[in-house]
Amino acid sequence: MTEIQGLGHSRKRVEDARFLRGQGNYIDDMKLPGMLHLDIVRSPYAHAKIKKIHTEKALATPGVLAVIDGPTLQKYNVHNMPTFMGDTQMVLPLDTVKYQYQEVAGVLGTDRYTAADGVAAVEVDYEPLLVVVDPFKALEPGATKVRDDKESNHIWHWEWGDKEKTDQDFASAEVTVKESIYIPRIHVSSMETCGCVAKWDATNGHLTLWMTTQAPHIIRTVVALITGHLGLSEEKIRVISPDLGGGFGGKVPAYPGYVIAVAASIVTGAPVKWIETRTENLAADSFGRDYHITAELAGKKDGTFTSLRFKTLADHGYADNAANPSKFPAGMFHICTGSYDFKSAFVEVDGVYTNKPPGGVAYRCSFRVTEAVHAIERMTDVFAQKIGMDAAEIRMKNFIKPEAFPYTSALGWEYDSGDYPVALRKAMDMVGYEDLRKEQKEKLARGEFMGIGISSFTEIVGAGPSKHFDILGLKMFGSCEIRIHPTGKAIARFGTKSQGQGHETTYAQVIAEELGIPADHIKIEEGDTDTAPYGLGTYASRSTPVDAASAAMASRKIREKAKKIAAHLLEANEDDLEWKTDRFFVKGSPDQSKTIQEIAFAAYTNHPQGMEGGLESVSYYDPPNLTYPFGSYICVVDIDRGTGKVNIRRFVAVDDCGVRINPMIVEGQIHGGLTMGFAPAMLEEISYDENGNVHGTNFMDYLLPTAVETPKWELGETVTPSPHHPIGAKGVGESATVGAPAAFVNAVVDALSHLGVTTIDIPMTSRKVWELMHKHGATLEE
Amino acid sequence: MSMHHIQVTINGKSHEADVESRLLLVYLLRENLNMTGTHIGCDTTSCGACTILFNGTPVKSCAVFAVQADEAEIRTVEGLVQDGKLSAIQEGFHEKHGLQCGYCTPGMMMTTTALLAENPHPTEDEIRHGISGNLCRCTGYMNIVKAVQYAADKMAEKVEA
Repeated sequence: MTEIQGLGHSRKRVEDARFLRGQGNYIDDMKLPGMLHLDIVRSPYAHAKIKKIHTEKALATPGVLAVIDGPTLQKYNVHNMPTFMGDTQMVLPLDTVKYQYQEVAGVLGTDRYTAADGVAAVEVDYEPLLVVVDPFKALEPGATKVRDDKESNHIWHWEWGDKEKTDQDFASAEVTVKESIYIPRIHVSSMETCGCVAKWDATNGHLTLWMTTQAPHIIRTVVALITGHLGLSEEKIRVISPDLGGGFGGKVPAYPGYVIAVAASIVTGAPVKWIETRTENLAADSFGRDYHITAELAGKKDGTFTSLRFKTLADHGYADNAANPSKFPAGMFHICTGSYDFKSAFVEVDGVYTNKPPGGVAYRCSFRVTEAVHAIERMTDVFAQKIGMDAAEIRMKNFIKPEAFPYTSALGWEYDSGDYPVALRKAMDMVGYEDLRKEQKEKLARGEFMGIGISSFTEIVGAGPSKHFDILGLKMFGSCEIRIHPTGKAIARFGTKSQGQGHETTYAQVIAEELGIPADHIKIEEGDTDTAPYGLGTYASRSTPVDAASAAMASRKIREKAKKIAAHLLEANEDDLEWKTDRFFVKGSPDQSKTIQEIAFAAYTNHPQGMEGGLESVSYYDPPNLTYPFGSYICVVDIDRGTGKVNIRRFVAVDDCGVRINPMIVEGQIHGGLTMGFAPAMLEEISYDENGNVHGTNFMDYLLPTAVETPKWELGETVTPSPHHPIGAKGVGESATVGAPAAFVNAVVDALSHLGVTTIDIPMTSRKVWELMHKHGATLEE
Repeated sequence: MSMHHIQVTINGKSHEADVESRLLLVYLLRENLNMTGTHIGCDTTSCGACTILFNGTPVKSCAVFAVQADEAEIRTVEGLVQDGKLSAIQEGFHEKHGLQCGYCTPGMMMTTTALLAENPHPTEDEIRHGISGNLCRCTGYMNIVKAVQYAADKMAEKVEA
């Protein structure tokens, strides 16, 4: 008999079969008859007037068919597009470019090489303009204005919390600490870049758009909204997201290339493919972070926290193209009270335009939670350092007590469940905390710098409850449709889209658990807007909290109907039936039972008169609350005094994501998440010079960790189920990326704290650490 | 643009093609021969998604012209399955959850093929250095290392048996 493989089973992945054989279906693997290739001319300037685009040479190049510029698109009124934050963004400029590598024109060729030839042959006359790259300078009077259609470079001001009480608590505090923390711009760099194939069918006016999107339904609606005036209404648009080679948030926004490809297909009547190069991907696509935080924490001499105050500048680049829920321009940054019990808190964020590519939240994070966690976990250590308390002790002292859940934070979030002391204690035991502290003292006496860093993070994921969460008005509920076939097998479809998380494996386990149908007998599909129920996609760790919940709820609807059919088959009263694993049986007579397979067959062959036939259901699950995964990470570092190199000796990660659907996949997510926490902590940064020239346009400048630098992760777990989630799960895809960076920084600062070092910005390159040590008087010789 | 007639043996099968001198080997495989298992991740030889075996040596096929492969023996991910069965390396990646999005996996497995041919019993450190020319953004490499170890053990069993 086939094993059911429900919750908690480390089921091997069904996706692997095609990927291991080189039979995945990624966007660039697509080939359609007569397909043309789109390549893009991009700006070398961060801010410039376009005086003229010379297309003659390009059009004379064999195989080049057309050059599309802003004025071409303007004829159809598709030269601009809305962002998910209600801002606007150019598809192609009419006369001015606003950031380096911005799209200037599209070139259509018969193949990839000729399209590139065409791009090389386009000559553009630019008149460079003044550039503003520093968000602080962008707010000064008389600063160069980034947007011609706006009053200033200030996009929005957002604040949350009780300012008056917070100010009072600070004024009366025994101890206060303050630091400036810059969390630099980084890029997800999924191994596959972005791209699409647009196919316009002129005979029936249908558009099929295969594209690298984590959220195909939102894209369909947005395309319908921006092209509705051209007759392209939503039922005529089919968005298909094929296998995605990673996403991490970078495949949520709509990029100009997609729109140009659609326009080109409509104009030429041929399918059009557009695939980014890595340089285009790094230099022009959405980014993460870029938060300049001034953080303050107030408390008592005994280590008790009382109040928290954050003031932040958010550098959004040329447009606010983050993908936050609409009501929250700074995402869920107000989770920044973290794992601790504060009496008051106040947060304010100002969004700023600069001459850099647009974006905001794309880097494996549930809407600014990483910035929040980084700041609170850093400030916890800064406070501990000031009063001379141990980093673990101050956390234990201020943790929200396990018995306090559900707990409402000073900033209004209702934390669903948690047991923070147990997770930290477990991490301390795993790493051997007390012994390490002894070792650290002994080493310091010998002049060796060793540090131990803790991060006890609380995440907030699973957007979300429709009361508060929408994107462009579209509510962020989950969706699952299940059809049970006559032979007891099933297909289930979802409004999400896996980018490597293994949904085809895990969603089937949820349904298997609920209905007793073996996971191997359940086919999972996502990513096709013609077949999947409407859903807002996969990002911000929402698939498990929202859509796995939908799977459970849809399964339960099926079970309700199955019970009626079972009662009919067993000639029993429904109230006398009980469910176990995969069947209904008559209470007290386990022999009298009907399996889900027998019931499914009857649903098509022998259903009760007066009941509809078939066995299927849909659930659009609107979660009552978000989920709050948490964990405690401990990092141990040794710093080379001669070079500033940070050697990561140990990294222990205890995660609590509630009930684990597939422990193997959860651990894989944590390994990957930790590595994407390590990367910005130690290596990655996209920076700009004063002229807006981007540094980090290839993998020799933008440093992704290889197997050699990446630490060996040591994992532990605790399980605190979410009380409101149907199967108690919380989501885990991003926890480690959110929680890890502060642990690295806290370890490095801990190693140098005896010198008076209180903070260091990431990435903590050897040079930066070396300079910091030397500034504080540590030379190679004591 | 000058054209060249080339003959390449890919996974044991001979192919002939007329190619422009500038055509990269990765595009010969993917576009001319429709073997799309070999991926492109960076265009600058940094990521290793396009790794193939060129006369037995792992090579990034985005940095080789197709004409340079004239009369060469090429092995790609499509050639790993033997007699309809997954190779020990493929099996290792599956058993140890050594892949998530799957995009780096073909290149990673080709590098592993060469690594284990040269060093059948690598230490963890040797594995990590051996695959350091292949970037993975999903797995954090832990399970890839375990997959390679699994494959090494499995291949050793076979040899002993």
